[in-house]
Amino acid sequence: MFKVLLSRLGQAALVMLVVSAVSFVMFRYVGDPVATMARENASIAEKEELRQSLGLDQSIVTQYGRFLKRTLSGDLGISYRNQRPVTQLIAERLPATMELVIVATFLSLALGIPLGVLCALRPNGATARLVQAISLIGISTPTFVTGIVLILVFAVTLGWLPSFGRGQVVDLGWWSTGFLTWSGIKSLILPGITLALYQLTLIMRLVRSEMIDVLSTDYIRFARARGLPTRYIHFHLALRNALMPVITVTGLQIGSLIAFAIVTETVFQWPGMGLLFIQAVSFVDIPVMAAYLLFVGLLFVIINTIVDVLYAVVDPRLRARSA
Amino acid sequence: MTDRAPPALAIDGLRVEYPLANGGLFTAVENASLIIQPGEIHALVGESGAGKTTIGNAVMGLLEKPGRIAAGSIHIAGKKLDPASGSADGVILGRDVGAVFQDPMTSLNPLFTVESQLTETLRAHLKLDKAAARQRALELMRSVGIPEPERRLKAYPHQLSGGQRQRVVIAAALSCDPALVVADEPTTALDVSVQAQILKLLRDLADNRRIGILLVTHNMGVVAQIADRVTIMHRGLIVESGTTAEVLRRPKADYAKALIGAVPRIDMRLDRFPVVGEEAKGRAADAREAIRTKAFREVETVDGSEILSVRNLCVDYVTSGLLPGSKGHRFRAVDDVSFTVRSGEVFGLVGESGCGKTTIANVVAGLVKPTSGQVLYQGKPIAGDGAIRRTGPVRQAIQMIFQDPYSSLNSRIRIGSILAEPILFYKLAPSRAEAEADVAQLIEAVGLDADSAGRYAHAFSGGQRQRLSIARALGARPRLIVCDEPTSSLDVSVQAQILNLLKDLRDATGLTLLLISHDLAVVRQMCDRIAVMKSGKLVEEAAAETLFESPQHPYTRELLSLVPTLDRIRGEADAT
Repeated sequence: MFKVLLSRLGQAALVMLVVSAVSFVMFRYVGDPVATMARENASIAEKEELRQSLGLDQSIVTQYGRFLKRTLSGDLGISYRNQRPVTQLIAERLPATMELVIVATFLSLALGIPLGVLCALRPNGATARLVQAISLIGISTPTFVTGIVLILVFAVTLGWLPSFGRGQVVDLGWWSTGFLTWSGIKSLILPGITLALYQLTLIMRLVRSEMIDVLSTDYIRFARARGLPTRYIHFHLALRNALMPVITVTGLQIGSLIAFAIVTETVFQWPGMGLLFIQAVSFVDIPVMAAYLLFVGLLFVIINTIVDVLYAVVDPRLRARSA
Repeated sequence: MTDRAPPALAIDGLRVEYPLANGGLFTAVENASLIIQPGEIHALVGESGAGKTTIGNAVMGLLEKPGRIAAGSIHIAGKKLDPASGSADGVILGRDVGAVFQDPMTSLNPLFTVESQLTETLRAHLKLDKAAARQRALELMRSVGIPEPERRLKAYPHQLSGGQRQRVVIAAALSCDPALVVADEPTTALDVSVQAQILKLLRDLADNRRIGILLVTHNMGVVAQIADRVTIMHRGLIVESGTTAEVLRRPKADYAKALIGAVPRIDMRLDRFPVVGEEAKGRAADAREAIRTKAFREVETVDGSEILSVRNLCVDYVTSGLLPGSKGHRFRAVDDVSFTVRSGEVFGLVGESGCGKTTIANVVAGLVKPTSGQVLYQGKPIAGDGAIRRTGPVRQAIQMIFQDPYSSLNSRIRIGSILAEPILFYKLAPSRAEAEADVAQLIEAVGLDADSAGRYAHAFSGGQRQRLSIARALGARPRLIVCDEPTSSLDVSVQAQILNLLKDLRDATGLTLLLISHDLAVVRQMCDRIAVMKSGKLVEEAAAETLFESPQHPYTRELLSLVPTLDRIRGEADAT
C-alpha cells in the first residue's frame, strides 16, 4: 500500500515538472517580457539593463531553475492587468469555485447513484423510463441554456433565489465561505444545479450500465442462491462492484469542474477561477495564464493520485498487482 | 431405501416455460420427475439446451425472468416450493438448498474477503453474531479441507487457487446444513487433479452428512465416478433415468446410447469420434474436397519433414516495477522447452492450467515474444534468437483457433466479412466475387448453411461459432494451425463433430496441427505425438499410443490415473 502511494507520488512529481516546464516556456517566450514591462520609449541600453536585472540574459536552464524555485516558494509573478501577485488573485477566487464544485459533485453523486441503481433494478419500470428520458434532456442541453432557464424561472419569475454572485460570504481569514450565511447558501443553489446536471446524468448512466452488468454476474447469482436479503445483495454487494468506474469518472470530472466551470460562472457572474481565466485570456495576462496552467496541472495530478489510491483501497486485486 | 427421512429433493411433473417475444411459448423442461434421497448423488446430464440447468435453477429459485414453473411440484426435504412465484415457501434458499456453480473464479465477489462472504450467509439465516459466525466459518473451511483456514479466511478470492475457491464456494453452500446441494458443473473449470479432489469432497459430503446432491454436468466421466443415479435429458425431456451402472453400461434410449458413445475414450484409439445423430455429408464433403484441391495448388506434398521446431524456449512474464527502472517480479512460464512438429502430423501439448502450454501456442503464433530460445518454421527462425520480422507467407502459413468461441469472433462484423478478411488480405482470390465464393465453400466445409455469411456471430451457438473460427483459420490456406483448447467449451456431440472435421481436414489437405488441450481423451483420439508439460517444463514426449500404454514420467502416470472415465463406474470399481 505504502509502495503504491510512493510510486504514484513519484509519477505525480514527474508530471508536475513537465507542466511547470510548459508553463515556464509560455511565461518566457510568449511575447518578450522586457517589451511588455519597459517604458514605450526606453532606449536599447535601458532595455538591456532591465534584461540583466531580470536575469533574462542567462542560460535557459538557469532561468528555469530560478522559475522553479520561485514557483515552489509560492511566487507566481504579478498580473499585468491587476498589478497584484497572481498567487493572491487565485487564492481569492479559489474558495468560490471550490464551494460551487463541492455542491455540484455532492448533488450529482447523491442523486446520480440512487437513480442509476433504480434504473438498473427496474429497467422497464415507468420511473426508470422517465428518469432515462429526462437524463437525455439533461445531457443534451448546453449548460448556458440550463442556467438561463433556471434564472428565468426561479430568480426572475418566482423571485425565490438570487440570479448572480455569491451573496454574503463569511471570511475565515484564509477562506471565504458562502456556506455560513442564508444568502450565501441560496446563491449556491442555482449555479450548483446547473453545474451538477451534466455530471448527474453521466454518473446515473454509468451506474446504471455497470449495475446491470454486475447484477448478471455469477457472484451475484451465487449470493441470491445463498438466500441473502435482496437489499443487502443490491446495495452492499453489487453497488460496490458497480462503483469502481464511477470513482475514476468522478475524479476526472471534479478536475474539469474546477478548471472549466467557466460557462456556469459566466452565466451566474460567479467570482471564481473560470472568470479570472477568461479575463486573463482577453487581456493577454501571461502570468495569470501560466499560473492557471500550473494550477490545473497540479489539480489533475492530485485528483488522479487520490483516485489511484482509492482504487487500491476498494479493489484488493489491484493492491496485489502493484505491491 | 426406508422412508424415515423425506427425500432431499422430489420433483414431480415439472414443466418450465419461457414466453417468447412473439407471443409463443418455449418449453424448456417438460414433465420432469426425479427423486433424490438423502446421501445420494443424482447426476443430471445432457447437452447444452437440454434443460438440465433450468431444472437446477428452478430448484434454486433462480429461474431467469420471464421463465416460470407452469406445472408440477418441487419438494425440498418434504417442504413444498411455491411454483407460482418460483420462490420458496417455507424453504429458504441458502438454508435448505445450497448452490455450487461452475466457475469458482467468478462465483465469489472479488471485492470481499472469504470471511465476509462465508459469514454473511450465516448471519442472514442463522442470526449468528460476528464472533460465532467467524467460528462457524472456520469449521466450514476445515470441513472442506482448506489448509490454514485462519489465514485463508482473511484472503480475497484472487489470492486463492481455483480448487481452493471452489472449496470456499462449497463451504458457503454448506453453511446452514442444507438438505440438498445443487452443483451446476462444479468441476468443469478445474484441472483433473483438482477435479478429482473436489469430486471426492462432494462424495464425502453425501456419505457423511447425508446431503442429497443434484449434480448437473455434461461430463460422463464425472458421472461415472461419483453419481449413484443418472438422469439423461434431451431437449427438455427426460429420456432415461436409473442407477449409474445401469444407464452407462446398458442405455436403452437411442439418444442415451449415442450420447454415451460420443464420449471420447481414453482407453483406446478410434478412427473417428462417434457422433450423436447424423454427421454432415454430401455438400460438406464436396466443399472440403474443393478446399483440398485449392490448398494443394500451392502446397507441396506431405513428406514428414520438420515444419515447426521449438528450441530451448524460455518465456518470462515480468510484472512491471513500480518506479521506472525498478525490478519487477519475474515468473518463468515456459522453461527450456524443445520439441519438433513434422509436417502432416497432429502434435499434442497437454498439461494442467498454468503449465505454459498456451504461452507456447502464443509464441508460435507470434503473439508473445520469447525471453530466450528459438522457434523455427521450416528451418527459418520466426521467433526468438535470430528471428527476422515475420513476413506475409509465414503469417499466412500459421493460423490459430482460440479456446473461447464467444470472444474470438468480432460481434459487429458479418460472418461473410470475417471469413473473407484473410482471403482478401493474403490476396488468395483474384476478385471480391471469387472471395465470396470461397467463403461460401468454407462455410459449407464446416457444415453450416450457406446463408450464414450474412449473419452476425450472436446468431450462432458456441459449436457453430467454433466451426466458423476453424473456417476463418482455413481461409488463409495455412500449413500449420495452432489449436488452443478448440473444443473445451463445447458439448460432446459438437466436440466430436469439430474434432472429426479437423481430422478430415488434416487427412484431406495435409494440414499440420499443434493441438493444445487438457483433455487427455481428446488428445489420445487426435494426436500422433504428444508432449506433456508441467510447471513450464516438458516432462515427457512420446508417440501417442506409447504415452498412453506405457507412460514413463510419474507426472504423466498421475495425470492419466486421475481422469474420470466411463469404465470406472462407482460401485463397480472394486470388481475390476
